[in-house]
Amino acid sequence: MGMCSVNARSLEHPGRHLGEETQGEKVLKEKYGKEIEEILSRYPVKRSALIPLLYLAQREQGYITEASMTEIAGLLRLTPSQVYETATFYTMLNLKKVGKFHIQVCKSLMCALVGSDTVIGWMKTTLGIAPGETTADGLFTLTAVECLAACGTAPMMQINDDYYERLTEEKVDRILADLKTTGTSALKSGPYLWPEPIRNS
Amino acid sequence: MPKYELVLLKNMMQPGYTGSLKDYEQAGGYQALRNTLGKIAPTDVTGTVMKSGLRGRGGAGFPTGVKWGFLPKDYHGPRYLCCNADESEPGTFKDRQLMERDPHQLLEGIVLACYAIGAASAYIYIRGEMVLGSKILEQAIGEARAAGYIGTDILGTGVTVDVWVHRGAGAYICGEETALLESLEGKRGLPRVKPPFPATHGLYNKPTVVNNVETLANLPHILNRGPEWFAGIGSPPKSTGTRVFCVSGHVKRPGNYELPMGVTVRELVYEHAGGMRSDKPLKAFIPGGASAPFLTPDHLDVKLDFESVAAAGSMLGSGGVTVMEEGTSMVWAALRLMEFFYHESCGKCSPCREGSSWLVQTMRRIIAKRGQMQDLETLTDLCKNIAGRTVCAFGDAEVSPIMSTLKHWRHEYITLIHEAEAANLIRPESTGARH
Repeated sequence: MGMCSVNARSLEHPGRHLGEETQGEKVLKEKYGKEIEEILSRYPVKRSALIPLLYLAQREQGYITEASMTEIAGLLRLTPSQVYETATFYTMLNLKKVGKFHIQVCKSLMCALVGSDTVIGWMKTTLGIAPGETTADGLFTLTAVECLAACGTAPMMQINDDYYERLTEEKVDRILADLKTTGTSALKSGPYLWPEPIRNS
Repeated sequence: MPKYELVLLKNMMQPGYTGSLKDYEQAGGYQALRNTLGKIAPTDVTGTVMKSGLRGRGGAGFPTGVKWGFLPKDYHGPRYLCCNADESEPGTFKDRQLMERDPHQLLEGIVLACYAIGAASAYIYIRGEMVLGSKILEQAIGEARAAGYIGTDILGTGVTVDVWVHRGAGAYICGEETALLESLEGKRGLPRVKPPFPATHGLYNKPTVVNNVETLANLPHILNRGPEWFAGIGSPPKSTGTRVFCVSGHVKRPGNYELPMGVTVRELVYEHAGGMRSDKPLKAFIPGGASAPFLTPDHLDVKLDFESVAAAGSMLGSGGVTVMEEGTSMVWAALRLMEFFYHESCGKCSPCREGSSWLVQTMRRIIAKRGQMQDLETLTDLCKNIAGRTVCAFGDAEVSPIMSTLKHWRHEYITLIHEAEAANLIRPESTGARH
C-alpha cells in the first residue's frame, strides 16, 4: 500500500508506516477464533470490532503487519484500505516493530513543569538512544508522548501496559534494571489514588 | 474532621476499601438501582436528574437531564449510552481514579442512566493507555453480571442493560463526543458536523447519550439522597454538586480533591493542595484543563463554578487545575500546550490542521530568539482564524494558551523578540533571515 498519512500525528510517532512482512491469511482466526467471536458479539455492527482486533494482532506480533490488516479486513468485510485508514490514525497502534519494552515518557506541560525533560535526558544517557529510536538489542524503544492523564503524579511514563509515576533518577534506573533482568518491575502503578488519604491517629 | 463531605471519593478513602462488589454493597452500593428500576418511571428519573442541576463533568458542562431529554420519545429502535472515559485533557486525572478505585459506583450510574433513557447497551470508551482501568472495569462488570445488576432482566425487573468496555487507541480528539462515536464505529476519530446531534443520530445513527465518568458516578447519590440534597451543594442554582478537582504543577500536594463547586482557587491551592512547593509565589494557573485559558494571581479568589470561571475569562472545563510558580516562562508554557494541540489535531478542518502547525512554528521561532514583532500579529491573526471556524471545539481550545498568555504576559513575548533583535544587530548577516 503506497498510502502515506501526512498530519502531525503520523509524522511524530514511530511505527507509522507499513512493514513488508507477508504471512498466511488466517493466522489470527486460527489462533484466536473464539476470542474474535466474543469480540464480534459485543457490537451490532462488525466494523466496531476493528480496533479491538488490531490490538489482538499487535499483541500477537508486537506490531500490526500488513498481512494481519488484510486478514482483519476479511473478517470484518472491509477493504484493506479501510483498515489501514483507521490503523494509521491512532498512536497506540504500531505499524512498525518496536522494542520489547516501549517506553513512553510524557512531555506535556503538566509533566514538563516538574521535570519530564530531565527524565527524557536520563533515558537518552542510560539507553543511548533518542526519542523515536530503539536500542540495538531490540529491548527498548523510547518515545516522548503527549499527556497520559497522570499529571498529579508527574513526571511519569508508560512502559508497555504499565504506568510508572513520580519518577526520580534512582527510580528510573531501578525500573530499567528490573525490566532487563526480570521482564517486569514492582515499581509499576496499581489502582490510582492520589494523594493518599491522611490517617488521623 | 474533613471540611467537606466526600461523595464520589468517599468509599475509596475508607481504609481497606478495594472497590470489589462486596465492598461496594457494604458501603450501601446498588441501593439506588434497587430502589429505582421498575419502581420509578424512567421519565421521573430524568426529571430528578434535571432537578438536581447536574451538569456534565467532561468539559462542556451541559445539563445532564436536559441532554437525556433530547432523545426522541417516539423512537422504538435501539438507543445507546456511551460512557466517555477517554480522559485525555492535559491536567485531568480524576476519571482514572473513579474507575480504578470504585468501578461499581460508575457501573451503577451507567445502569441508572440506561434505564432513564431506555438504552439496553452501554459502551465504556476508555482511553487506550489505561489498560489497568479497563481490566478493573471488565472484572467489575463480570461481578455485577453474576450478581444480577447487569445483563438480562436485572433483579427480576425486566430491565436489560449490557455494558462493554471499549478501549481507545491514543487520540485526544476521541474525547469529543462525536469523534468518540466515530472511533467506536471503527473509524478514524474525526468529529462529525452537528446537527444532527447524537441524541437523534449517534452511535450507528441511533439515539445516543454520551456522558462523562464523573457525571455518571454522581447518579446513584442523586437518586439515593434526592435532587434537593444535590442541588444544595456547591453554587446553586447553576453549579451544583461537588467536583473532583485535579491539581498538578508546582504545588506541595498535587492530586485529586473532591470539593463543593464554588470553592475559590485560593482555597484549593493553598488549603487543600498544600500551597506552592517552594517560596516562589504563584504566577499563573489553568482552571479547567489545557483547553482553558490561563489566569493570573489576580484571579485566585474566583470561585470554581461554571459561571464564575467563565466570567473571569476562562472555563471550569474538566476541573484540571495546573499551577505554575514565578519563574516559569509563559511563552514556553503556551508552546508546550500548543505542541500538544498540534500533535492531536485530527486533521479534518484546515484552519486547525494547518493553523496548529503554523502556530507551533511561530512560537518555536520566538522561543529560539529568532522572532520579530510582526510574529505577534501573526499569532493573533492565526488564532482568530482558527477559533470558531472548525467542526468541533478543538479549534477554540487550541488557541486559548496563546491568546491568554498574549493577553496577560505579552511583555514576555516582547522581551524574547527584543533579545532576538539585539542579537541580530551584532550579527548583521542574520538580519532579516527567517527560519
